[in-house]
Amino acid sequence: MKAGSALLLSSVSAALVALALTAPSVVAADKVDPATDAKAFQNFFFQKFPDVKHEDFVNGPYSMSEDMKRQWQEKEEFPPYEFALDAGKEMFSTPFKNGKTYADCFPNGGNGIRQNYPYFDTKEGKVVTLELALNRCREANGEAPYSYVKDEMASLTAYMAFTSRGKPMDIKIPDDARAREAFENGKRYFYTRRGQLNFSCASCHVQSPGERIRAEVLAPALGILNAMPIYRSEWSGMGTISRRFITCNSQTRAVPLEPQSDEYRDLEYFLSYVANGLPISGPGARP
Amino acid sequence: MKRTLTLTMLLALSLAPSARATNEADYKAAYAAAEAASKEAATMRNQWTTTVSTLAAAKKAGDGGDFNGAVAAAKEAEALAKASVFQATSEKEAWKAMEIR
Ligand code: HEC
Repeated sequence: MKAGSALLLSSVSAALVALALTAPSVVAADKVDPATDAKAFQNFFFQKFPDVKHEDFVNGPYSMSEDMKRQWQEKEEFPPYEFALDAGKEMFSTPFKNGKTYADCFPNGGNGIRQNYPYFDTKEGKVVTLELALNRCREANGEAPYSYVKDEMASLTAYMAFTSRGKPMDIKIPDDARAREAFENGKRYFYTRRGQLNFSCASCHVQSPGERIRAEVLAPALGILNAMPIYRSEWSGMGTISRRFITCNSQTRAVPLEPQSDEYRDLEYFLSYVANGLPISGPGARP
Repeated sequence: MKRTLTLTMLLALSLAPSARATNEADYKAAYAAAEAASKEAATMRNQWTTTVSTLAAAKKAGDGGDFNGAVAAAKEAEALAKASVFQATSEKEAWKAMEIR
């Protein structure tokens, strides 16, 4: 109830602010400065939550509540994502029909590289996420792609995240106008209000982290992808980044986009880049 | 505030009851208008789930011969679609107000 009215209030005041800006200046593409944006983004959360250790932001709702954190640490002794991890490992080492494996598609055999995704592919001129790269690997080897929202994909990314745990997120924006544009588009998507409820991602994950919405504690936007994929009791299973984006869009009564649409790829690029320096903590488990 | 009012007005106006009895032609016209607005929202990549479900409800009522219900639902769907187009248009600039700088 409290969280609900705070959210409502903040959306009304944001609308007022929006109207107060009579002539908003258009940011020219060459003025896009991701490094400055990332610094401001991190500082916002560090100042808003001075008691949270910087590397703790990657633990989603657990970074916001000591009680929840304790329950989670107990859970980590028998983590519910264990089965996905085992499955992912098995899938990773099982050859495709042509004898090749996932390891052949990735740098360093796919080990400890989660922190470099998504990356901007200067040949394609687009953002490539880990989920996309995995399906491209499958298709290049004559295998059918996996659903982006189901268990197989989550098992693969869970395994790849696990071998990268503790490594600082390290997303690069090459000196390419298209890469800066992708970052800018992701940023715009993140802050844009949508759905009948008129919420942006930021309405919940910037303005209200730590607050409760129904039974859930909202995760802070900083480092929000570092723990993906996640096990959720409510899903009674694992969820990929694609699945989480779709769920969050639907919550605001917005029709979600297709998994791995340009918008979602750019959004992932933005959210990952502003988390640079924070450790990979996936796979995660949520109540 | 102003935005909220506009959205409410859009809805209120479109839901005002009409004087004469509705028939199939009214339903078809109302449905076509709602469909056009919802297509525009989809093109802007800003469809609302409620537009989709209300449009489906209109079709269901129309198929079942309940033209009063069908027209009411179609008008609501149209209003929702128009509100989502309005949202997408205003957010082209308004999103910047929320940005962390
Ligand atoms: C109406 C509020 C709301 C909005 C708007 C919203 N989310 Fe969420 N989000 C939630 C809730 C509730 C959860 C589950 C609790 C949690 O982990 O924050 C969640 C969880 C997440 C998680 C998983 C975090 C974790 O560590 O478990 C990600 C990632 C995420 N949201 C991204 C987004 C993105 C991207 C957008 C914009 C497209 C968005 N959310 C919009 C409410 C929202």
